[in-house]
Amino acid sequence: MSAIHDLFTSPIKVINVGLPSFAADLQRQNVPVVHVDWKPPAGGNPRIAALLDRIRRWQAQVRAGKE
Amino acid sequence: MIVCHRIKPQTYFDSVTLMLVGTELKKLPGVTNAVVGMGTDYNLDSLKRLGMYSDAFAGVTPADLVLAVQAADQPAGEAALAAAEDLLQRRPAPASRGAAYAPTTQDGGARLLPDANLVLISVPGPFAARETEIALAAGRHVMLFSDNVPLEDEVRLKEMAVRKGLLVMGPDCGTAIINQVPLAFANVVRPGDIGLVAASGTGLQEVTALITRLGFGISQAIGVGGRDLSEKVGGRMTLLAAQALADDPRTKVIVLISKPPAPAVVEALFARLQQIRKPVVVYFIGADPQMITRAGFRAAAHLEDAALQACALAGGRPVSPLLSLDEIRRRAAGQTLPGRFVRGLYSGGTLCDEAQRLLQGSLGEIWSNTPVPGCRALPDPFQSRGHCIVDLGDDTFTRGRAHPMIDPAYRQERLQAEAADPDVGLIFFDVVLGFGSHPDMAGAMAEAVRQVRARGGHQPRFAATILGTEGDPQNLRRQEATLADAGIDTFPSNVALVTYVQHLIASKG
Repeated sequence: MSAIHDLFTSPIKVINVGLPSFAADLQRQNVPVVHVDWKPPAGGNPRIAALLDRIRRWQAQVRAGKE
Repeated sequence: MIVCHRIKPQTYFDSVTLMLVGTELKKLPGVTNAVVGMGTDYNLDSLKRLGMYSDAFAGVTPADLVLAVQAADQPAGEAALAAAEDLLQRRPAPASRGAAYAPTTQDGGARLLPDANLVLISVPGPFAARETEIALAAGRHVMLFSDNVPLEDEVRLKEMAVRKGLLVMGPDCGTAIINQVPLAFANVVRPGDIGLVAASGTGLQEVTALITRLGFGISQAIGVGGRDLSEKVGGRMTLLAAQALADDPRTKVIVLISKPPAPAVVEALFARLQQIRKPVVVYFIGADPQMITRAGFRAAAHLEDAALQACALAGGRPVSPLLSLDEIRRRAAGQTLPGRFVRGLYSGGTLCDEAQRLLQGSLGEIWSNTPVPGCRALPDPFQSRGHCIVDLGDDTFTRGRAHPMIDPAYRQERLQAEAADPDVGLIFFDVVLGFGSHPDMAGAMAEAVRQVRARGGHQPRFAATILGTEGDPQNLRRQEATLADAGIDTFPSNVALVTYVQHLIASKG
């Protein structure tokens, strides 16, 4: 539960992935936000995107193993 | 009639931008239809259905932009394609934190804002689970606005989130307010001690806006997505969020809003809520309130009642509605309807649902594209009949078109079509304010009403409810004045509007 407690008691800081208007709305309220100019991964090729995800998970496991 | 096509390889725009461009193209001379979208299977199927597909589209991917214009002749079609390119070039630059550079991946975003605690995701459904997983793996909470996320992905992501003690608000979650910050489609609310968990976006907006207008305030408003209390998802996020509000010292009263949960989920949910030493108000839309009171919680009869009960508990005294029943009766007294039927044109799904439930008793047969039990399904959602209450935010109307809270065009058109029907005595609708919504929906609807008046002939009455607060970017008072100037009767809640409709019908009889 502590991660939610931290969220409720800290200033909200947002990474916006998708519609730019949501980031613009947060900016207008002076909420720290980074907009990601998202595009479909792997040029929209789902097979290559799935391969990239496997590599990502593997990298995360390697990192976790090192810690 | 001809169809002109264009493909822009590896050119991505978000769906709202594309739909708004599509709407603009349809207004051009000689253009009968226009589709501007990414090369997804769904969009390609739509093009085939509309007879606007070209073999040139074979092999395009969701990363390619496709444009198709149906026009009277080649020059009109080509002019529309050129206009589309011009409109897309003029789209506002993406917001990034004071930097000219916008990252193209979530990891890139995280490098710019390493202590970000929430990721707001609104990418197309098939890619949304991937982005959610990346956010959760990095220990960040997620608001998942995207819809069309497979159910099995939702279960997997929520399991992962619960293990890490993180929120996944969604999928298909339009509204949340965290630490008074409205996210996506949400209103500017007063800070306070009422915390909400909701599986209904407009429901959450209506209750948080009413609480603010009643002079009380919000601690947190957590959306969980419409399927959270289904058997498969098992209420995972509702349980986590309710517990978080129970542990939050700033929250004194908890409100839970949802469709009735799956029977298998009710027991676990009630068991968890019973451990909470704070008052809990529950509104299960359309469910028997006794199932709630028997379990020891306060049952709300509708959205406004949920707000009133929460405020009364927070303030320790009874709280009156914004508009009394006597005042509503006074407004309806002596009014005659110039036709026997009423037509409701809603942009908020839960408000449409609420209107049907509350009007069933007094109207008798009601038709809808999203009928609640006891109401009848419209054979053609684009063609009203009898007493009819339509949810224009439903998928049927939003394929290839932006949601009616963003783009008023279809609702304006529909209002004029309903007004021309000599059997129609009253047209009523919602105006939803807040971040995310159209900058001047009251102005857009008032314009449609003025066109009806200018046309002459049969003139029905018009009534509306405004969902919003004085702090909203559109400003509640200005929007009320805009509707009043156009002769539209305006009500502070959906329940007040619907009660007015009931009294008009009763006085007619």
